[in-house]
Amino acid sequence: MSIVTIQLGQCGNQIGYEVFDTLCRDLNSTQGFCSKKENELYETSCKEHFFNEEKNGVPVARALLIDMEPKVISQTLLKAAHSGRWKYGQHSHFCQKQGSGNNWAYGYSVHGPKHKESIMNLIQKEVEKYDSLSGFSTIMSMAGGTGSGLGAFLTQNLRDTYPNSFIINQIIWPYGTGEVIVQNYNSVLTLSHLYRSSDALLVHENDVVYKICAKLMNIKQISFRDINQVIAHQLGSIFQPTYSSEGSFQYRRNLLGINWQVKPPLSGVPALEKGPSNKDPHFNTSVANLVILRGKDVHHADLGGFKDPALYTSWLQPSDAFNEWRTQRAFNKYEKSAALVSNSQFLLKPLDTIIGKAWNMFASKAYVHQYTKFGIEEEDFLDSFTVLEQVLANYCNL
Amino acid sequence: MAQSVIVQVGQCGNQVGCCFWDLALREHAAVNRKGIYDDSLKNFFRNVDTRGAGDGIDISKGKICSLKARAVLIDMEEGVVNEILQGPLKDIFDSKQLITSVSGSGNNWAVGYKFFGSLYRDQIVERLRQTAEHCDCLQCFFIIHSMGGGTGSGLGTFILNVLEDEFPEVYRFVTSVFPSGEDDVITSPYNSVLAMKELNEHADCVLPIENESLFDIVSKINQMVTSGKPGQTVKPESLVTSNEGGIKKKPQKKPFDTMNNIVGNLLLNLTSSARFEGSLNMDLNEITMNLVPFPQLHYLVSSLTPLYTLADVNIPPRRLDQMFSDAFSKNHQLIQADPKHSLYLACALLVRGNVQISDLRRNIERLKSSLHFVSWNQEGWKTSLCSVPPVGHSHSLLALANNTCVKPTFMELKRRFTKLYKKRAHLHHYLQVDGMEESCFTEAVSSLSSLIERYDELDATKDLPIEDQRRLNIVI
Repeated sequence: MSIVTIQLGQCGNQIGYEVFDTLCRDLNSTQGFCSKKENELYETSCKEHFFNEEKNGVPVARALLIDMEPKVISQTLLKAAHSGRWKYGQHSHFCQKQGSGNNWAYGYSVHGPKHKESIMNLIQKEVEKYDSLSGFSTIMSMAGGTGSGLGAFLTQNLRDTYPNSFIINQIIWPYGTGEVIVQNYNSVLTLSHLYRSSDALLVHENDVVYKICAKLMNIKQISFRDINQVIAHQLGSIFQPTYSSEGSFQYRRNLLGINWQVKPPLSGVPALEKGPSNKDPHFNTSVANLVILRGKDVHHADLGGFKDPALYTSWLQPSDAFNEWRTQRAFNKYEKSAALVSNSQFLLKPLDTIIGKAWNMFASKAYVHQYTKFGIEEEDFLDSFTVLEQVLANYCNL
Repeated sequence: MAQSVIVQVGQCGNQVGCCFWDLALREHAAVNRKGIYDDSLKNFFRNVDTRGAGDGIDISKGKICSLKARAVLIDMEEGVVNEILQGPLKDIFDSKQLITSVSGSGNNWAVGYKFFGSLYRDQIVERLRQTAEHCDCLQCFFIIHSMGGGTGSGLGTFILNVLEDEFPEVYRFVTSVFPSGEDDVITSPYNSVLAMKELNEHADCVLPIENESLFDIVSKINQMVTSGKPGQTVKPESLVTSNEGGIKKKPQKKPFDTMNNIVGNLLLNLTSSARFEGSLNMDLNEITMNLVPFPQLHYLVSSLTPLYTLADVNIPPRRLDQMFSDAFSKNHQLIQADPKHSLYLACALLVRGNVQISDLRRNIERLKSSLHFVSWNQEGWKTSLCSVPPVGHSHSLLALANNTCVKPTFMELKRRFTKLYKKRAHLHHYLQVDGMEESCFTEAVSSLSSLIERYDELDATKDLPIEDQRRLNIVI
């Protein structure tokens, strides 16, 4: 069951590279803390999902690189090729000469329709290589123009073209104190559109990852490379193979088989991922939690705390809302590691903040002319705000 | 990768342009060791096989054969352009890129705009088209001119109109040198205000420059260099005012060269992230997207740091943070303005060299409390990280601010204009030009007044408490 990873824009491509690099390093790791057979099963499963085997042995990432300007893709292809451990496919990229200018409207309304056919063809060619398709994973930032605008357009098209495939969007949530001035507009437009087409939104907040680098990893001069590597590590720890049910010896084939959908009309609910799980006394009410344990003594770990009804909303039983995957094979040389994927109120505050800032800006009509120039009108903004306020309200009422 | 074309108009425009090309060659020579025509060179230069006849065939890859600047040089006098063509930079231009005349515009905007404009329109369009055709993806026109004279001001803004008509999809960035108070051209206020109307209506983005500021920076550097303090030797190529290592040799340097090099460096830094790689790129279209919240308010105050690098390696490099602080000091701005005490609508930081996101964030956190941002853009920062530093530096910063501190410059312009206009001084020189009427003057000053008013309105909000707007009410 293969997953096609679609890397969009500068952010998506830079992170995508780190993800595949991390997966590959883990694959080749000699410190799996498990039996040789175990290791082989793990390797096979991982490759099935993420890499194509080529004749000369260098695995080819099952990924497509998409950007509207060439600099980042060139860099990314080069880095992968130079690593010697893995590479991208020769014809797996699509780029243009001029970027989206941080303009969601340009990415969505101009680049999207213009390049729809070429990009969908590229995707189709990739999909045809596999016996079975598990689904699509896109990596994109919300703040810019290509990842966000073109990403939203593409997700819609993926949904239309592959109605039964699973689509998960890895979304990079920008720093609160800006990288891009219009990032709040771009974020609001992206989220509201993705809601209609995506199955799950996996959120990575730059501020949170930054803190991990600063406080937990003690990195002095933090670069984007450091940030991206943390995100890649988090993604790897979720997506690497795990067992399908207690006691079975077969690695889960359908990685993305969790039932994320909880209750209509909340399809496509965002999920939040954190590295090491840390709990504070006030629990955010959850709709679903997934804990993934890897490494030594994994079967002895007690996850009872996660089954506490206080964690979950009143209309859910913990047994329905909580899932656990365990596997002995250690990840990325960590003797023991745990990952928590959570669909909870954790996202309330960041979402509320972004909507608030975007709304304040919208009230003064600042920058709106840059969007109307390319076909995104004030009503489109209002629609987006409405969708997101509804999501916010729904989460509040859990 | 997209391309840009420089349109240099008038004496000032061409002299600044010339410094720019010298510095651009120097910068690319420092980065491009193998002499391969790469994407970053492609932005401003064509690679031409000049052995054949005619225009020369463009070579898109491989070794550099002959570099040609993507430029159009226009002047209504021959002196300046001829000098360029006989000077050390002659090989990067060819005769098809020029438009010259003999008599000059007599420091008269109307002559530049109305007379020469209509006379040379077709030729201008043709030259521009040719230059555009050599680009596979033309993103931006950079116009370099002065506001106070006749050609740069009048013909320059005429060309701005032409660009909008003929190439509506291509961005128009204008670098305008504003006249100082002691300008020796008496009619410079007329020329500037008439030109301002065109900038208001047809430019995507304007970078105003004032000679006084450039002069102050030059003085500051001279003081530093001649102070004779031990360990204070400066790396000559790092001076923002120098083209050391460039093609132009010292004896040929003109008096304004040091000041013009600052503007040349401004343009190089502005386009660095578009030309070179980095972990957070900023293309030219992102500059307008993020820094122009309303179409009319597209005037950006720029500041460059550092101004020089010390040569003595034993002296520890000035803290990186000092560079950020300097960028916001009024001594580093390229116009006489104090952004710190006015209202920011938006701010962009274009960083080059060995600087990481944590350095950026630390400094933004540190500085933002001392700056006033407009209520609807409290976190209005746009940032970029380009890996390649400028020649002679390990890192540099260009700050672009959309800030109400431009208002005094415009108000002063209006004051000087009104002083002359009230007495109808020299008006006849303008009105006798075909197509020129008094309404041109009244419309121009009215356009300037309404611009000043918009800045006034924004300034009025500066010290008001910030109220969050009421959000949408959702019924579940």
